[in-house]
Amino acid sequence: MTLIVENLTIDHGAIRAINSVSFTVPTGNLAAVIGANGAGKTTLLRGLSGLKDIKSGRATWNDESIVGKRPENLARSGIMHVSDGKSVIAELTVKENLALTGLWRKDKKDVAAATEEVVSLFPILGERMSQSGGSLSGGERQMLAIGRALVARPKLLLLDEPSLGLAPLIIDQIFNTIRKFVTTMNLTVVLVEQNAMGALAIADEGVVLNLGSVVAVDSAENLLKDPAVRTAYLGY
Amino acid sequence: MIKLITAILTALTTGAIYALMSTALVLVWRSTRIINFAQAGQAVLSTYIGYEITVRTGSFWIGVVAAMIFGALLGAVIDRFFMRPIFKRIQSGPILMIAPVVATLGLLGIIQSIIGFKWGLTYQSLAAPVSTDGYTLFDRVIAFSPFNLLVVVFATVSMLLLTLLFQKTNIGLALRASAHSPEIARLSGIKVDFIRTLGWALAGAAGGLAGMLYIPSSYLYPNAMDVLLVFGFVAAVIGGLESLFGAVAGAMILGFAISFATSYVSEKLVFPMAFIMLIVVLLIRPAGLFSKKKSRRD
Repeated sequence: MTLIVENLTIDHGAIRAINSVSFTVPTGNLAAVIGANGAGKTTLLRGLSGLKDIKSGRATWNDESIVGKRPENLARSGIMHVSDGKSVIAELTVKENLALTGLWRKDKKDVAAATEEVVSLFPILGERMSQSGGSLSGGERQMLAIGRALVARPKLLLLDEPSLGLAPLIIDQIFNTIRKFVTTMNLTVVLVEQNAMGALAIADEGVVLNLGSVVAVDSAENLLKDPAVRTAYLGY
Repeated sequence: MIKLITAILTALTTGAIYALMSTALVLVWRSTRIINFAQAGQAVLSTYIGYEITVRTGSFWIGVVAAMIFGALLGAVIDRFFMRPIFKRIQSGPILMIAPVVATLGLLGIIQSIIGFKWGLTYQSLAAPVSTDGYTLFDRVIAFSPFNLLVVVFATVSMLLLTLLFQKTNIGLALRASAHSPEIARLSGIKVDFIRTLGWALAGAAGGLAGMLYIPSSYLYPNAMDVLLVFGFVAAVIGGLESLFGAVAGAMILGFAISFATSYVSEKLVFPMAFIMLIVVLLIRPAGLFSKKKSRRD
């Protein structure tokens, strides 16, 4: 159960957004993809989840190609993408939002169990069950979006900027929770972040993207110590 | 007093039929973001099928079921084999807003020509299953018949069933999620394309029912539902296009406005009243009377 990305290339209209990107994430690892705005981080995730067409290259999960598959089928096979910003349906209640990833699952008992686990992970969601998604704060929305993905019992989680627009205290809380459930649920995660410091702090390894190309791949520990990475992305 | 009661009852009957048409339009708008002009053709073709079955079996009820089933299948086929390929070819740009809508106009013409070939451009009448003679109230015959009552009951029951489907079932949740955010629905593992086709099928069935309930009070001919499409559209816009509740409420408001204007002012006000309502609503609340949003989203 390894994610292998090889020479992946994705075009965004006439622009090459992802240029021959390669990296590997072993099972149970959390890989942080960091880079500035416009580095192609979001496009990379959208390619991996089937939302964006892949121009060339390979991407396999568990020895099976994920290129050219539909997002809904990838989701059903255990690859859950939590897209950036407010990935919550404002018009639906919290309960209904959480139910979306359980609709197609046969094992309804396990859906109920997974939902309970999500509520114990993010207790605030339990209190907001009958409120509309649109009434939640930014942090709560992020928790709901992640929680909804977890109800599907994913194997590979693709997280796009969970810290976007959140207060520092909430960011710490979200990052810590992510680290916690990744370990306990044995998930493999690709975490895309502009908040390089926070992401590398919880990651096992890091991929540094610049203008669509990989400029560094290393353990998170080494990247945090790397002077070039520190100056360019960590700001000290 | 009699005049008032008659105006209210007429408003309920016409409002009920407008509601079925506006619901059909809203179901397609929510799932595919287009105004389906072909709805008038789909509904009238379904009614022709219902008419044929009624003539052959002698039962209006079997005809209604046939019209609804045919309407659902026709809607599903149109989405699957016509709209979906069009959307696949046009990914973005200004043409995306126009081409599918123009396509539904073309489809309307095609369907009506097919009807012309098969049944001719003549007027047929579909007998109502119950009396169309008005009830007698205070020794006077009013413009509300047992058939009108049946129309109101049928429309109300089908709206209730549709509401239950949307609010209480898993399919309903998938329909709502796909309408509000296709991308999040997809990423959650919902087969949005299938759900869209289902939305078209439900709309087709609602159109077939509208036709079967409307035609006995009128005549059946290829353009018989065109007027209802216009009223259904006005009702849907009054209600904000997004919600089923808005579609029904908009239809009732329109039904009452037209009924009161025609009985208290002039018979000639049917069309002007509908368009006055449309323009007033667009001027004061362009997103519809029941919309929470400030403007309609694109």
